[in-house]
Amino acid sequence: MAAILDSVLSQRIDPNKVVEWLKTVQERDSLPFTDRGITVQKHEFVSFLLNFLREQSSPALAHHGTPAKTPNRPRPAAQTGVASRSARSGTASRSSSRVQLFSPSSSASPGAECDAAGQSGCLSGISNFSSPSFSTSWSPASRPPGSERRHSQRVCLGDFMASPPDTQPSPFQSQKSRKKSMAVGAQWRGGRGSQHTDEMGFGDTGTKRPGREGGGGHGKSREQLSPPSAGSLNFNNLEDFPPVGSSPISPLTSKPSRRINPTPVSAERPRSKPKTCFTSTPFTKPGSPQMGAEVLEGSMRVGSPLSLQEERELLKREKSKRAQQAASPCLSSLEPCTPPKTGVLGGAKVTPELQTLCPERSKVAYAPELDLLAELYCACISENLVPNIFLELFFVMQLLTSLSPDSNDAEVQDSFSATNSDVLERCYLKQVHNCVYFAVTVLENQFELVAHLDKGTLRLLAENERVASFSPTLRDLLIQAQGKSSAKLSPSVSTFIHSVPFQPDTDNRSNFGNDRAFHTFKKQRDVFYEVLREWEDFHNEPGWSFEASLGGRIRGMMNQLTSAGIHSHFARLFLKQLVQMCKGPQMSGSPGEPPDADLLGMLGADSLGRLKRLEERLIQPHGIVGPCPPPSFPGHQEFFRDFIQTSSCCQLNQHLQDSLCQQLLQLDEVSILSPSASIKEEDEDGDMEQQDEKQRFSSVLLLARLLAKFLGFISFLPYQTSERPSREIQETSAALRSKSAPVLDVCAVLNDSVRRRRTILTVPWVVEFLSMMDFVGPLLPCYRTALGTLLLLYRRMQLKRSADACYLNNLLLVSVLGWLFHIPAIPEDFFFTAEFTAAVTVEDGNPGSAGLDCSPLVDQQLLYICCPFLSEFRKLLAAFVSGSTAKSGGIIRKITPTSAELKDTPPANRSQQKLQGELEQAFFHNQPPSLRRTVEFVAERVGSNAVKHMKATLVSELMERGETIFRDKRKSANFSASKVNESICALLCDAGLEALERAARFCDEKSLDAVRTLLPEETSPTVLQTSESITRRLAAEKACSWLSANITALIRREWKSRFDRVMKALGSPGASESVDVSGAEVDLVSRDQSVGPERKAGGEQARACPPGCDHSAPLPSDVLIEVKELLSIAVGPRTDVELPAGSQVKALLHRARDTLACRKFQTAVSEQMLLNSTVMLACKLVTGELPVLVVSSGSDASESEALLPDLLEQLAELWQINFPCPDALHQLFAPLTVTAVLQAADSQATNYLFLVRRLVDKGLLSEEAVLSHWNTLTDMTLPVELIKIFQLQSQRMQLSPPAAEMLKSIDRLQVSQQPLEGAS
Amino acid sequence: MQMRLSRAEYRDIVRSTEQLRPTRQCMKMLKDRFPNHSQSTLLSIFSLEYQKRTKRTISRHHAADVIEGHYQRYLNEAKARPTAPVLLEMANEVDLSPALMARLVLDRFLQDMNGEMLSKPVLNSMLKDPSLIPDQVLAKNIYQCTINDCCYGPLVDCIKHAIGEEHEVLLRDKLKERNLSFLDENKLRTMGYDKTPDIILEVPIAVEGHIVHWIESKASFGDDHSHRTYLNEQFWSYWNRFGPGLVIYWYGFIGELDCQRDRGILLKDCFPTDIVTLCHATHQQSPESTEGGQ
Repeated sequence: MAAILDSVLSQRIDPNKVVEWLKTVQERDSLPFTDRGITVQKHEFVSFLLNFLREQSSPALAHHGTPAKTPNRPRPAAQTGVASRSARSGTASRSSSRVQLFSPSSSASPGAECDAAGQSGCLSGISNFSSPSFSTSWSPASRPPGSERRHSQRVCLGDFMASPPDTQPSPFQSQKSRKKSMAVGAQWRGGRGSQHTDEMGFGDTGTKRPGREGGGGHGKSREQLSPPSAGSLNFNNLEDFPPVGSSPISPLTSKPSRRINPTPVSAERPRSKPKTCFTSTPFTKPGSPQMGAEVLEGSMRVGSPLSLQEERELLKREKSKRAQQAASPCLSSLEPCTPPKTGVLGGAKVTPELQTLCPERSKVAYAPELDLLAELYCACISENLVPNIFLELFFVMQLLTSLSPDSNDAEVQDSFSATNSDVLERCYLKQVHNCVYFAVTVLENQFELVAHLDKGTLRLLAENERVASFSPTLRDLLIQAQGKSSAKLSPSVSTFIHSVPFQPDTDNRSNFGNDRAFHTFKKQRDVFYEVLREWEDFHNEPGWSFEASLGGRIRGMMNQLTSAGIHSHFARLFLKQLVQMCKGPQMSGSPGEPPDADLLGMLGADSLGRLKRLEERLIQPHGIVGPCPPPSFPGHQEFFRDFIQTSSCCQLNQHLQDSLCQQLLQLDEVSILSPSASIKEEDEDGDMEQQDEKQRFSSVLLLARLLAKFLGFISFLPYQTSERPSREIQETSAALRSKSAPVLDVCAVLNDSVRRRRTILTVPWVVEFLSMMDFVGPLLPCYRTALGTLLLLYRRMQLKRSADACYLNNLLLVSVLGWLFHIPAIPEDFFFTAEFTAAVTVEDGNPGSAGLDCSPLVDQQLLYICCPFLSEFRKLLAAFVSGSTAKSGGIIRKITPTSAELKDTPPANRSQQKLQGELEQAFFHNQPPSLRRTVEFVAERVGSNAVKHMKATLVSELMERGETIFRDKRKSANFSASKVNESICALLCDAGLEALERAARFCDEKSLDAVRTLLPEETSPTVLQTSESITRRLAAEKACSWLSANITALIRREWKSRFDRVMKALGSPGASESVDVSGAEVDLVSRDQSVGPERKAGGEQARACPPGCDHSAPLPSDVLIEVKELLSIAVGPRTDVELPAGSQVKALLHRARDTLACRKFQTAVSEQMLLNSTVMLACKLVTGELPVLVVSSGSDASESEALLPDLLEQLAELWQINFPCPDALHQLFAPLTVTAVLQAADSQATNYLFLVRRLVDKGLLSEEAVLSHWNTLTDMTLPVELIKIFQLQSQRMQLSPPAAEMLKSIDRLQVSQQPLEGAS
Repeated sequence: MQMRLSRAEYRDIVRSTEQLRPTRQCMKMLKDRFPNHSQSTLLSIFSLEYQKRTKRTISRHHAADVIEGHYQRYLNEAKARPTAPVLLEMANEVDLSPALMARLVLDRFLQDMNGEMLSKPVLNSMLKDPSLIPDQVLAKNIYQCTINDCCYGPLVDCIKHAIGEEHEVLLRDKLKERNLSFLDENKLRTMGYDKTPDIILEVPIAVEGHIVHWIESKASFGDDHSHRTYLNEQFWSYWNRFGPGLVIYWYGFIGELDCQRDRGILLKDCFPTDIVTLCHATHQQSPESTEGGQ
């Protein structure tokens, strides 16, 4: 392999031949070299080439933080060691190290790595310091230090781009491992500080941000570049990162100053890579003690006594100095160094003369060779021979923004000398000029790929002064491409509702086996949400642990579910909630997990939390994690992951799996109309439907990816290990596991999808599923085959050969596949393994069938949602800008566009609109899902029909009118066909705007009927009406938005063809000009507006009140309170001032009557209580316990005497109207009452009997009843005398007609009572 | 009248209730002291506080020997002063709700009479209608206790119940006035809902910018304890099923408790006035809304 490159570079072999060879598909995989008798495998060559470029550029990228890393080739550790130690000096060792890059290529089997790892075991030291952070951050389950071994030998491409240790938690265990990794890192830094080898560099650089700051500014730059997300993920652990917090950093430190390097770099180590110093914690903020300690450690290593703080002060001074010297000339080209970067800063060796150095085209050395390299490299990229094209693109961008080392020693001169005999030993990419030249060349070559990146990236590239100075053409192309870049980030209504609605169809009692199950589920639902809310509140707080806080409750819940056997219900709730919260791009909406800037803009600052994050984002520049972040569970997904883990409930998991599988397979089968099939070029209607299908597709795709990730997570959960098991264990485990059927037949799904050309839907979710694999997973035949299929797909999917329409489809696939090949669970040699070429053949689909793959379904928005790591380019470039133009505000300026969207509408209007949108969403929330589907479907159809209708009516009317006008004008004197054509066209376009109004009217009319027909008859009127109005609005919105965007163009086109036809007709001799003018005068504004009938919601009839009742009677409770008060005064204790006036009692009884009359607020309970209380009140009145006062000044005795009978009469009337239950009246005859009556004054008895009489008169009581009441008193312990009197009286009452005898009996009673009183 | 109290104001009121007994006289003192607060609010706060006090202390009155002590003391005093409100005075003296004291003593009395425990319904009906009590002096004392107690007792329970019902009716009225269509608790129960707020709006509204799906009417004051209990047992359950909603504490609440608005639980002390409904887009509006939407 080296031989090929060697031959090419020294022009012994025609480079075209090699490129040709690279381009040929599969068959001739090896290139025979007749002159040397070597046969080279293609993948081996690619691997070598990539390594070569990384190695070449490592010095240039050293200060930059990302020397690139080679594709994976296991290297025996021993040799690594040798190579490293000798790396500094001389060709011999260098070549030896290079040889090692590819020598063990034969060991491309999966087991090879283990061998390598095994070998490394004997090498103490090395094994420890590889890339601790990398290994931990990448593993799906954190690995203890032992596993890091592997990385010391087996560096892989991804390692370089690996996210820094702490930016991403491992998807399976969020914390814990970091501490370890830091410790290891520190140990290594301490112990092996003086070693600077390529190998170490590689191993270690994997741990740092691939961005530019690694070798450059550590402290500050790191801080600035740390993504806000880091806070949510990694800084929770107080132990690890004590006071960091996620609070915005102070303005002082947040100033873009990333070039300033607080790392002491001594000039004695010109070729060393200072980046290796602080690699494992690039995201720590400088304030943290750890960081400080590290820096100190680093300083010690180079003998610098300076503390970080001091250094920073120095740097600050230095920076301001340089700012003043901004115009000063560049230094010699031999000391390349990008503008604001401080070069050497070891101890006292501050070199103030360091100046901005601009890469210059004229200073490029080895241009022809660079061209050749670029050509080969581009061929590899274009042919998908590299594992991840975006990784390569990232590498290229890093080169573009690279900072050369400040090497002013002779070595550099050496490397530049043309006398260097070994072409491979020349330093092609050491100098920034060369790097930029190479990068620009590659970018030019790969322009199509670049042009599909987002606008922001393109703009940053176009504005990049290096691009401009090296290739104005490229810059121009980039500027052009910006215009075309179609990133449409439409504001989507955020789902503000976060609960799964209760649907009687699935959730009510009839869906449960028994009451107990039903009620258990009722409780568990509430517990679930309680847990979720608690998580939302606390999960970002330091020291909070999911397991400790929620574990017990969750497991308790599982026990409850198990005992009731209702896991299936809970699984359904769980999944629905998962989908509700995590589907779609706003899944990153949880606090602490900031969405990508674009998404942020898309969502709008609709809540304080988002606004706050936006703020943070504006002051906190992006952190660059590279294009290969490990699989993660962002936002709320984390909750669901932790929940599954913590519950560790096999029943639940099984239900979830079943459900996920079913849903996934259903989604995979979802029929999405292939828009391209129905579209003829620019058919507007097609365009509209195409949009719908696109949206549908992206929603299906995002959902499938989410479900697949969780299916994968659950399926592989039992096998997750914290470290890669030994080879033996892997093999045993693979053999064992291959016997049982996998949860999902991925191969079958994939093959089917390839055959039916639906890979654009299937592959992304399969990738998500596979990304959750444990270490043994890829070794199982089923998954290995699937991976092989994917690999073949990837290799065949050369973007250059993609049709325009599906370029983005393929870009998405290539991107997700490239990402998959770099996740930790996939063996690192996987990509360069040849075995699959023969093992699996991808069926060729039936070319006739139109699958999804050829439909333009993916747009840039979807691409970026699925591959958020693509925005790393922008971050990288932005970081460069902020560095190079720190004075002008740097990165902050670059972020402003995110907030631009808010300016569209005035805030008040916007919030109203938002509120309406939310209300609409809320409306659907508790309705059956079918209602929403119906409304959306009808709206979509009606909207589409409205457009069709406008075309059929308005547009054709307009054409007629235009023709008429044209023919009219033609008769006039100075007629100019083109002028008239123009003016008519403008006229028609103006008139065409009416289409909006007409379409809206059309939607109004049609929506009503359709919705009414399609919804169930039983739908309540209000729901129906609301559905109708929403449908109308949606349909009108759809139609109008399309029309307003397209009507003018449509009319223009129509008019053009009409005009041409007319001209043609006129041109012919027989053309008549008789056109009925009036016929074309169509009243375009027709039809009056029909308002939907105002239907009043059918109100519930109030209970039967008297006719004309206005329900203004006092409330029962108020009257009850008053009566109670009065009674409590009656029974005492009381003071005399509390005694009521007769008029007060009267008024109260009046109110009570009113209250009892109006039934509106009455309940049976309050009615009875009120009546009972009045009876009680009557008792207190007749017994004289409640004396009533006459307050009126002019009262005479008669008035006073008449008062009580009046009140009693009032009461009797009250009872007549509202008959109390007979039991209530018995209080009047209770011994208590009767005794009191007898003990009281004579008048009391009179009143008492008067009341009883009135009751009998009014038919409330029969005389028999009265007597029987009195008769029961014989049982009581009343004085015998009294009983006799009562019996006597009752006999009289029985004999005499009641009214006439009444007074007599009263007399008797009074007479007979006197002796008794006297006796007592 | 001020309904939405700050926590400081609330604490002030609570402090004033600490030594009060649940009697007419004490209520009057409270009213005089806080003329700016409605009587219902004060009574509700006092009642809640008094219930808390009772919960703390009731156990010590339930001990058999204590009951016996109360009973014997009652017998002695009633004998000595047959017309005096003996039992009520005793209750106030030992700081036990008069109605509860009545229940204890009546229960003990009935035990003596029948030699065994009587069923609760009998006891309750006697408390409700003391004329059923065979001993007239006791009956009088019992009634004196229950009628004078403003926190416990059958009449108080009935009043509370009535107040609750009335406010639900009022709420439904207001909704109908506003043409807002809704399902009430009874309807929901027949549909098989497992948790049912007083009102579920068929078409949600926005109150002060917050979406509202359901409304719960509470004819009491919303203090920390009761609000927390309601949150756990009702409001969050409603949220879990129907989304965000509105709670109306007709007798006011501690203002600081209204902190879950963004989370989906809104507190009010009256029927809201700032209500936004879904615009029923007529075609006059649609062009505008379309433009806005673009």
